[in-house]
Amino acid sequence: MIDRDSHVTEDELHAYIDGELPADRQEAVSNWLTTHADDAELIAAWRAQAEAIRARYGAVASEPVPERLKLEKLIESSRRGSRSWAAVAAAAAVAAFVFGGATGWVARGASAAAPNSFERFTAEALDAYKLYVVEVRHPVEVPGDERAHMTQWLSKRVGYPLRVPELQSIGLKLVGGRLLPGPTGEAAAFYMYEGSSGERFTIYCARTTSPETALRYRGEARSAAFYWVDNNVAYVVSGPADRDRLQKVTETIYEQMEKDSGRKS
Amino acid sequence: MAGFRQNVEATIPALRRYARALTRDSDAADDLVQDTLVRALRSEHLFHGGDVRSWLYTILTNLNRNRLRSLARRPTLSPIEDNDAPDMAGPEAGGRDIERALATLVEDQRNALLLVVLEGLSYREVAEVQGVPIGTVMSRLARARVQIKAYLDGERPTLRRVK
Repeated sequence: MIDRDSHVTEDELHAYIDGELPADRQEAVSNWLTTHADDAELIAAWRAQAEAIRARYGAVASEPVPERLKLEKLIESSRRGSRSWAAVAAAAAVAAFVFGGATGWVARGASAAAPNSFERFTAEALDAYKLYVVEVRHPVEVPGDERAHMTQWLSKRVGYPLRVPELQSIGLKLVGGRLLPGPTGEAAAFYMYEGSSGERFTIYCARTTSPETALRYRGEARSAAFYWVDNNVAYVVSGPADRDRLQKVTETIYEQMEKDSGRKS
Repeated sequence: MAGFRQNVEATIPALRRYARALTRDSDAADDLVQDTLVRALRSEHLFHGGDVRSWLYTILTNLNRNRLRSLARRPTLSPIEDNDAPDMAGPEAGGRDIERALATLVEDQRNALLLVVLEGLSYREVAEVQGVPIGTVMSRLARARVQIKAYLDGERPTLRRVK
């Protein structure tokens, strides 16, 4: 009699349907349910919930795994080019060295990988770079001598306050900027700078939902890009395929952006 | 660590299922899985035994938390209910109802419920994934079930706002 009537707790009801109930309580709970209709009803409702959840999503596990999630693919794509796992780690170490002042940078970068976002953003940015950098007469929509107007206009269009870095110290003059469609359909801001020998660098930035990342490099035959995400904005600095020079430029830009966001927070 | 990659590989379908239920969006779900796998591979050398599956669920759960945080910071996003409101009473309501009910849960409760009910993890494993005591997992589970029942019983969430 004691067994049959011993009180059953709500925790035990959950454990019962989740298969977590110790064997020696199984019978007590079963008996309890025959005499407690309200609890039996609860159990039925919870089971129905579980059924509905499994009916809704269970089949996903039987779908063929898409190409991009195949392990060998992920391993291979990480090895291709200069970005092996070791290279990524090395890049993080370089970033730590270069951006030593930015606290938490490496920790954030190491924990947040977003290859899709990286690929999408750098592809867009490099396309824009290649398209506009050859333009002699109309490389930009707003010329660099209207910096204040350009900053205001682009900030309004992208929906967050932009900062247009000052790169005179490394010999680059602002050519100007333009508005572009971003990889996610939102507006992207695009600025161009020019050096004394005519070489051009561009900054492409747009909002992203990707987590913050460490500096990542993407090199192509004639152009290259550095990418990072900070505070929900993805930045891509593109330029000629000279990694050291590009990194120097990126470092200068990053420092100014970081100083600015540091001031705000 | 010879079996490591095989274990990771074997878990991919389940990770996709969990991610789909968390995000309710197949692209976002696969992005999440991809990020999880990239991170797992990168941290392979940091993995010292233990259950690979739980570890992957932990990574995915944490990445999803980051994702939700950055979504929340976006001012342009309108609430889920507004987007979903129009096709409320369709014949497919069964699946959609549970989907909406899950969406009303607090994140930790939703994670706990899905890990137990959909992924078949034990309370102990969920406690490990969420980094909390088993008692906390159980109370999350209990609250999730109460909330879903209230939502489904109430049918119209706008008329019956349940605790």
